[in-house]
Amino acid sequence: MLFGFPILSIVIWLPVIFGLFVLIIGNDHRLVLVRWISLLGSTLSFIVALPLYTGFDSTLSSMQFVEQHIWFERFNVYYHLGIDGISMPLILLNCLITPLVVVAGWEVIRNRTSQYFGAFLIMSGIVNGVFASLDAVLFYTFWEASLIPMFIITGVWGGPNRVYAAIKFFLYTLLGSLLMLIALLYLYHESEGSFSILSYHQLPLTMTPQILIFLAFLLAFAVKVPMWPVHTWLPDAHVEAPTGGSVVLAAILLKLGGYGFLRFSLPIAPDASHYLAEWMIILSLIAVVYIGLVALIQQDMKKLIAYSSVSHMGFVTLGLFLFNGYGIEGAMVQMISHGFISGAMFLCVGVLYDRLHSRQIADYGGVVNRMPIFAAFFMLFAMANAGLPGTSGFVGEFMVIMGAVKINFWYAFFAAITLILGAAYTLWMYKRVILGEVSNKNVEQLQDITLRESFLLTLLAIAVLWFGLYPFPLTEVMHVTVDNLLEHVMNSKL
Amino acid sequence: MAFLSPDFSPAYPEIFLLIMICIIMLVDLFLDNDQRYFTFILSLISLAGCAVITFVTLSSEVQYTFSGMFVDDLMSDSLKLMVYLTVALVLIYSRNYIRVRGMFKGEFFSLSLFATLGMMVMISASHFIVFYLGLELLSLSLYAMVALQRDSALATEAAMKFFVLGALASGFLLYGMSMIYGATGELHTSKIAEAIQTKTIDHQVLIIGLVFIVAGLAFKLSAAPFHMWAPDVYQGSPTAVTLFIGSAPKLAAFGFTIRLLVDGLGALAADWQGMLIILAVASMAIGNIVAIMQTNIKRMLAYSTISHMGFVLLGFIAVDHNGYSSAMFYVIAYVLMTVGAFGIIMILSREGFEAENLSDYKGLNQRNPWLALIMMFLMLSMAGIPPMIGFYAKLSVLQAIVNTGFIWLAITAVVLSLIGAFYYLRIIKLMYFEAPEHNAPVLPSFDAKILISINGLAVLITGIFPQALMGLSLQAIQTSM
Repeated sequence: MLFGFPILSIVIWLPVIFGLFVLIIGNDHRLVLVRWISLLGSTLSFIVALPLYTGFDSTLSSMQFVEQHIWFERFNVYYHLGIDGISMPLILLNCLITPLVVVAGWEVIRNRTSQYFGAFLIMSGIVNGVFASLDAVLFYTFWEASLIPMFIITGVWGGPNRVYAAIKFFLYTLLGSLLMLIALLYLYHESEGSFSILSYHQLPLTMTPQILIFLAFLLAFAVKVPMWPVHTWLPDAHVEAPTGGSVVLAAILLKLGGYGFLRFSLPIAPDASHYLAEWMIILSLIAVVYIGLVALIQQDMKKLIAYSSVSHMGFVTLGLFLFNGYGIEGAMVQMISHGFISGAMFLCVGVLYDRLHSRQIADYGGVVNRMPIFAAFFMLFAMANAGLPGTSGFVGEFMVIMGAVKINFWYAFFAAITLILGAAYTLWMYKRVILGEVSNKNVEQLQDITLRESFLLTLLAIAVLWFGLYPFPLTEVMHVTVDNLLEHVMNSKL
Repeated sequence: MAFLSPDFSPAYPEIFLLIMICIIMLVDLFLDNDQRYFTFILSLISLAGCAVITFVTLSSEVQYTFSGMFVDDLMSDSLKLMVYLTVALVLIYSRNYIRVRGMFKGEFFSLSLFATLGMMVMISASHFIVFYLGLELLSLSLYAMVALQRDSALATEAAMKFFVLGALASGFLLYGMSMIYGATGELHTSKIAEAIQTKTIDHQVLIIGLVFIVAGLAFKLSAAPFHMWAPDVYQGSPTAVTLFIGSAPKLAAFGFTIRLLVDGLGALAADWQGMLIILAVASMAIGNIVAIMQTNIKRMLAYSTISHMGFVLLGFIAVDHNGYSSAMFYVIAYVLMTVGAFGIIMILSREGFEAENLSDYKGLNQRNPWLALIMMFLMLSMAGIPPMIGFYAKLSVLQAIVNTGFIWLAITAVVLSLIGAFYYLRIIKLMYFEAPEHNAPVLPSFDAKILISINGLAVLITGIFPQALMGLSLQAIQTSM
């Protein structure tokens, strides 16, 4: 705690309070007020989260900013918060993306605006809660609660097939979570009445329970990441969600899965993780290569980016199960960078969609003639998505490939295919949408991006380039934590 | 022969309520329709009076009276307090609904209170005959309440079905009790427990008695495969009565089950455990799967009740204090959610219109966002999504059975409740994602609006701070056994 302030609690509850406030004052007649309060709330939440970075001691591997109070004694459950080098960058990413989402929805959402912004603010707080919880019940509560706002956002403001997508999203993730709940209850039983996640790390477990626990967690996290073959909800949810929903989904919610592996699967069931690592790597490589091929043939821009997300998240799971520093740090960098890049890509598609109300690649062509500034931004993000050196997309992928080479050449070989595939599907889409002659009358009438839109894209562009050229601040904060985690995972619990 | 007057103090709430019912029935004779509110107020005062008496005499001490036929302990007190609260909520939610349907009569209130008295007796009984008295007092009042709307064919059919099947179940129960009596020679639960452990009794006879008792209990709890009456009765009854049947009697049935199976036949736990596993799994499966196909929300909630009762039975399967207290917590949570859900149905209904089809909920968020939010809380709670109380209820029950080693049972329960989540989500989907079919404004009466808000928020707040109810359940179970 810095200066005695419970910073983590503020970071979690401030956006929630603002969200509730927006819900209460909101009706569609007070649009301006609602927008500004939402922006104020999300920006304040980002500002209060900054001390987490400045006050963070990156030489410590233990939990920092710890808060612990009894929540309910009946099951020995604590309100226990704390962050380390793994969760801190993710919380900051989340706090940064939320104001961007508010700005992205500024003029676009005119229907039940207060509910829209309220849902995003509440979700932002809940997601911070997921990353900061050190008690299993608290974690699970935040984890499940984050489904509700996303369900509403997709279902109310989404595209034509939104209801199907929203329910699919909810049920898929719920299935995974419920099995995780059983695993947590088993751990509670084994640890003789403790829900502390950190105590689970030290809990000795034999091989069979470890494998079962690993599989239960796997389903929960694999659905979130999402890994092949449980990824099918993601393209549907992305395509139907409003732009802001897609951004948050790609930039934040997918990271919950990767975070789960780091916080639960690896340290609680290290032997099972080693035992099943090859399978995990194979699943990841299928995601990287096969889903990359699937992305190639998409006709719908959002779907293409959604598949590219699955492919990029394959790198994260690949990196995690290499069990070396490059792999895990690469996975972390990839998660953060994917947050910026995919968020930016969805914003770019949102910019086009707001104008023409179509996501079909075929409806565009020659956009560069009418929107040159936008085309430049889109080019940068497309390149980053393809993993061009100098952008953040390159750093994570490169680190993971480096990690993979040390284990097995063929892992690295297949992983590296993505550099070709990523370039192929992203740039081909770019060519068809942006380049060439103006293809139809609608494109003819396009206006270039507004100040609001260029502000958003500039911020993300800075982030993408910064972490591409100078990733040190990011790797520095996580280095000690990752080393410590690796050391823990290398020790058998048997 | 000297006549010793029994100690009446443990039964003060029951005695008070009985006197009040008599007064209400008498007073009501002299009221005309415009003054009927007096009966309504008087009924609420009676419940409040009972609550005060129960609360004042609240102690963790176990007191027996009437030669050990009647028991007053923390469990009975806390369950009774919940019963008063639930019945009071039911009466307030129903007021407008029954008024426009011509059911705002003295009978509704006196029958409700008689049913309440029956539940109180069931909760406090420790003797087979007393159980039966309480049960019949409750059941007969309920049969009459279902049939209260005389000109409705649906309600009459429901009442008939309820009566015939209910009588059959009571018969089962009585037959089981007589077998146990035959084998042990005792009617007091504590003495039966003692007899089973000390005397050499033919196990077969006991088991046959046990099977009948479990079947009778399962009927009262509406657990599958003895659930057939529930959907028809829920759908056919006026919503006010459905709400009554679906809420408070489950608390009584829980108390009843604890006293009979655990207090009385605890020595046969190994036998009834297996039976309850079948009942619980069947209830969760049938409840959750069949509910998906329903288009009538009352029928859907009937199946939802069946699945919730499956979860309550899971708590019993653990056969320890941890499990029983989880089951008790679950029942309380269930009642809180059900009362709210039916409350919303009644608020949305108006003269000549029953909001009982799922399509009536379309676009509720546009018609009345606040009610839609409350309904969403209730549905999420029933689906077991944190931070609603329904989740913590499921958590504690699952925790209890995982602790006993029934992991496969926990996984089955979890998968079935995933199926269940679908139909709760469908309500949210209708309310939020679709355009309204009718645009009549929703104008809840002031008191109903306040109460439904408290009810909905209670589901959230007791979820965020579940310790009070959890601790109470645990303490109640621990001190009562």
